[in-house]
Amino acid sequence: MSTETFYEVMRRQGISRRSFLKFCSLTAASLGLAPTMAPQIAHAMETKPRTPVIWLHGLECTCCSESFIRSAHPLAKDVVLSMLSLDYDDTLMAAAGHQAEEIIAEIRKKYKGNFILAVEGNPPLNEDGMFCIHGGRPFVEVLKETAADAKAIISWGACASWGCVQAAKPNPTRATPVHKVITDKPIIKVPGCPPIAEVMTAVVTYMLTFDRIPELDRQGRPKMFYGQRIHDKCYRRPHFDAGQFVEEWDDEAARKGYCLYKMGCKGPTTYNACSTVRWNGGVSFPIQSGHGCIGCSEEGFWDKGGFYERVTDIKQFGVESNADAVGGTVAGIAGAAVVAHAAVSALTKARDKNDQSKGGK
Amino acid sequence: MSVKTEVDEAALTAAGNSVYVYEAPVRAWHWINVLCIITLSITGWFIASPLPSVSGEASENFLMGYIRFAHFAAGYVFAVGLLVRLYWAFVGNHHAKQLFILPVTDSKWWAGMFKEIRWYLYLEKQPNKYIGHNPLGHLFMFFAITLGGTFMLVTGFALYGEGAQEGHWSHWLFTSWVIPLFGQSQDVHTWHHFIAWGIVVFVILHVYTAIREDIMSRQTMISAMIDGKRTFRE
Repeated sequence: MSTETFYEVMRRQGISRRSFLKFCSLTAASLGLAPTMAPQIAHAMETKPRTPVIWLHGLECTCCSESFIRSAHPLAKDVVLSMLSLDYDDTLMAAAGHQAEEIIAEIRKKYKGNFILAVEGNPPLNEDGMFCIHGGRPFVEVLKETAADAKAIISWGACASWGCVQAAKPNPTRATPVHKVITDKPIIKVPGCPPIAEVMTAVVTYMLTFDRIPELDRQGRPKMFYGQRIHDKCYRRPHFDAGQFVEEWDDEAARKGYCLYKMGCKGPTTYNACSTVRWNGGVSFPIQSGHGCIGCSEEGFWDKGGFYERVTDIKQFGVESNADAVGGTVAGIAGAAVVAHAAVSALTKARDKNDQSKGGK
Repeated sequence: MSVKTEVDEAALTAAGNSVYVYEAPVRAWHWINVLCIITLSITGWFIASPLPSVSGEASENFLMGYIRFAHFAAGYVFAVGLLVRLYWAFVGNHHAKQLFILPVTDSKWWAGMFKEIRWYLYLEKQPNKYIGHNPLGHLFMFFAITLGGTFMLVTGFALYGEGAQEGHWSHWLFTSWVIPLFGQSQDVHTWHHFIAWGIVVFVILHVYTAIREDIMSRQTMISAMIDGKRTFRE
């Protein structure tokens, strides 16, 4: 049996051609493409067989899946049932046990080098990977095996992209991001804890539609969603530039919706699309709900000090300390040392003068 | 390229106890740096720990914007200054090179350094005479201004490029590799902030030692950075 095209699947599900074309236009818009690209999307969906996707779960909390199934544009059900051929996802699929595991083997054989591997979570490497068991084997083995036949890999979320909480110091299981285990395949990182639903579906749609991976930045993230910081498009930015800040969670400034910079908002250091795409179908995002960004799509965000501090801790100094504490102390010591040194110098000089004048006599 | 700094007594006597060391561009650079570092330190502090909120509409105020503008403008001046100073190391006089080279293989330089340290521990009656920087000052100057200043410019423009975004020269030249090198932007902020304190500490020591040497050593310090002439006394 040859794989159906997207269009065939959609028509089979009773979607009219008119609705299909509307969907193509919407997809073009959500990908930030020109309206003239809509026909190209339609053409691709009419002619291309659906690319199979294997979705593996490593050490994770399933928040990526939870986010994914809440995608509004396009709806997750459209993505799962119509657009991609999500052939394996142990959380979403009906099959279980050996029946499910056989699917991986089958796809690897049938679509060798031609399927997308989506990874949620990461493999722990300590104790030969025994901290995460998938179908009776260490997850790291399943990951390596499956990745060997994949066309490209999508690293869902902070876990697969950076390591996230399970990799936070001291990282007892040695949870390791996917790109440090698989080094010979193109990897698209879609960080966030979880990533925005629409960003997830859009990345998948882009790859299926254009048959190539989206343009990535140096850290492997799609530029179209991770090219700007939250801060660059934050609707509270005018309050930042004006110098209007929330000082306490219940102060007048908080009620007026001033900037959360002083409350430790990580918007200025976080690359993500939250302030443009927002969450839950565009309803809101953390800053709009009155809480600062915690920087969940940035590398090692668990180890960067308090979520509520602007100048965060420097871990290199052992004890938790921030730049101001260390710098201020050192500057204070230097100042005191200078005063003390000057005093002793003056005394020495006075004594020398005394000696000289005595010697002169 | 070697850096000869010790006093050639014979040459000095012929010149009449005074040597022209710091040429006009070097002196101008020094005092421009003074203004830059003061501006950068104060505005930098208020960028990390902003002033209390201003009242009124956001559209009527731009306090944080002006503070950041001053910081960026001073940063640009500091950057251009360091580049011109680097150029001057090639075309200026012999002493203009000293800031960029540490003669770590020169045993005399190390001996001079230890003598200088002993002088600061009150263990020497008299310090050596130096036309340029003494070895200890040379070391501090190199780490604080040459390396420290470069670090601040690289990290500073990397952070600036984040706001300027892709397409801006600072993003292309710095942001694109500095942010991945540190892992993420927050770390770059933290280290930029931390090394800034290092430069503040340097300024404290620099001002103190310059005044102290002017009074207690055998050569002029402060007036040398004004008229460029190093005058020696016994």
